[in-house]
Amino acid sequence: MVRITPKHVLLIKCVIHLVALSYLIVHYYWAFTDNLGADPVKAIIHFTGMGSINLLLITLCVSPVAKKYRQANLMKTRRLLGLYTAFYALCHISNYLFFDLQFDWGNLLQDIIKRPYITVGFLSFVILVALSITSPSAIQRAMKRTWQKLHNYVYLSLVLGITHYLWSLKTLTTEPLIYLLMSCFLLYLRKDKITLFKRRVT
Amino acid sequence: MFKEQSIGKVLTENDVTDENIFLNRRKMLKRMGFVGAGSLLATSQNANAISLFGKKKESFVTAPVAHTKNTEYQITETLTPESKVTTYNNFYEFGTSKSDPAENAQSLTVNPWEVKITGAVEKSFTLSYDDLYNMFDIEERIYRFRCVEAWSMVIPWLGFPLYKLIKKAKPLSKAKYVAFKTLYRPSEMPGQKSRFVGGGIDYPYVEGLRMDEAMHPLTLMSVGVYGKTLPPQNGAPIRLVVPWKYGFKSIKSVVEINFTEKEPPTTWNILAPQEYGFYANVNPAVSHPRWSQASERRITSGGLLTRNRIDTLPFNGYSEVASLYDGMNLRKYY
Repeated sequence: MVRITPKHVLLIKCVIHLVALSYLIVHYYWAFTDNLGADPVKAIIHFTGMGSINLLLITLCVSPVAKKYRQANLMKTRRLLGLYTAFYALCHISNYLFFDLQFDWGNLLQDIIKRPYITVGFLSFVILVALSITSPSAIQRAMKRTWQKLHNYVYLSLVLGITHYLWSLKTLTTEPLIYLLMSCFLLYLRKDKITLFKRRVT
Repeated sequence: MFKEQSIGKVLTENDVTDENIFLNRRKMLKRMGFVGAGSLLATSQNANAISLFGKKKESFVTAPVAHTKNTEYQITETLTPESKVTTYNNFYEFGTSKSDPAENAQSLTVNPWEVKITGAVEKSFTLSYDDLYNMFDIEERIYRFRCVEAWSMVIPWLGFPLYKLIKKAKPLSKAKYVAFKTLYRPSEMPGQKSRFVGGGIDYPYVEGLRMDEAMHPLTLMSVGVYGKTLPPQNGAPIRLVVPWKYGFKSIKSVVEINFTEKEPPTTWNILAPQEYGFYANVNPAVSHPRWSQASERRITSGGLLTRNRIDTLPFNGYSEVASLYDGMNLRKYY
């Protein structure tokens, strides 16, 4: 088995940057030039939303994979994936505000309060922002044990994000069910952590 | 490309992006080896980039339809380009994504076709494929089309008003409603074959109107769009168009028109009665439980920066139908 070295980590990070950014840039280019289907606004909203969910799922795969294959260095790629998750989510909500609601802030506020699927999506986003802000190593060290507690909220963010996605659909098809299954599986892998968390809360 | 588009001027085929390119793009993406990243690419619908690799696949052939322009129904709003009208469709029989129908409906057989006119009428009869275009004068009407999902288009339909057909059938006095049914043909409609493809709807799709709604001169049986016969994704060969109601009322690929005494069941109402009512009149004052209906985005041309959000009007701007609902609580009968 190949050991993942810091050099490999650098390479993996480059690939993450390249893929995450190029997808985004290409899609925005298509959307701005009206080449993203009949409704580029809806298309770019869906692309960034699904992109964020995909990235979150990949992020949550890192630690189980690293553990199973004893690749401690792999963990060093997780933060970057997490940050791109939050960045895609930021694009998602910005797209909604800028291009769909077209800066109708009042409407956004109303949606967040009145429409449950948007409320849960927004909460999911707030968690991702909090995790991103506290992601630098210096802050992590300063926060000590609170940091891990805060960052366990990523599981809640996943639950809220998937709920937001499923709730936004008119009917259920195969694809959302696959996402639901994948999420359940990734949460199942953390069942000890989650029960521990629950016990501490109650 | 469509900026100069004005009302009444029908686009020529040179004006639009080749449909085949649109229809082919997902297949091309797969061929290019993006399958693994499929979910990231799920919404990518780039026509130009893919056309470099595009190989034409057989698409449905539409034909020009002889028609006259009905001057009463020519509005001055910018038309939605034909390429968008024919690639952005809700037709769950062919899949739930907006681009699915244009991709999966191309091999639908529309000729021969039969529309049975039946139920509480003096004269039951059946329309053949040729009858659709010849029994009544075909006129062009430009209508606003408002989807319940809060987007809208402006579409030049070809067709004949439903009342002409109803008069021919001579409904009995006990006929109070008109029920419509879409084709049921799982062999050509993947959504009917698999519940997962078709969004869990019990097919065939059914819709209905009250008799006075059906008789209203605005209510159109459409057999074409943009000067040509309907492509399958738009409901070939014949569909209903009720411009003051949300789009799901405008049932596609109709095979049966049945006159009934009681309010007929309607598909979306069966699926989610708290979200979709029988009447489904466009109404900015009554929100969908999950989103506002106060405004809509008009799909024309232009990219992300097009300011296309407009206020939604009661009855989609067709105030002449308001009297049909005098004294009715439209909040209750949504």
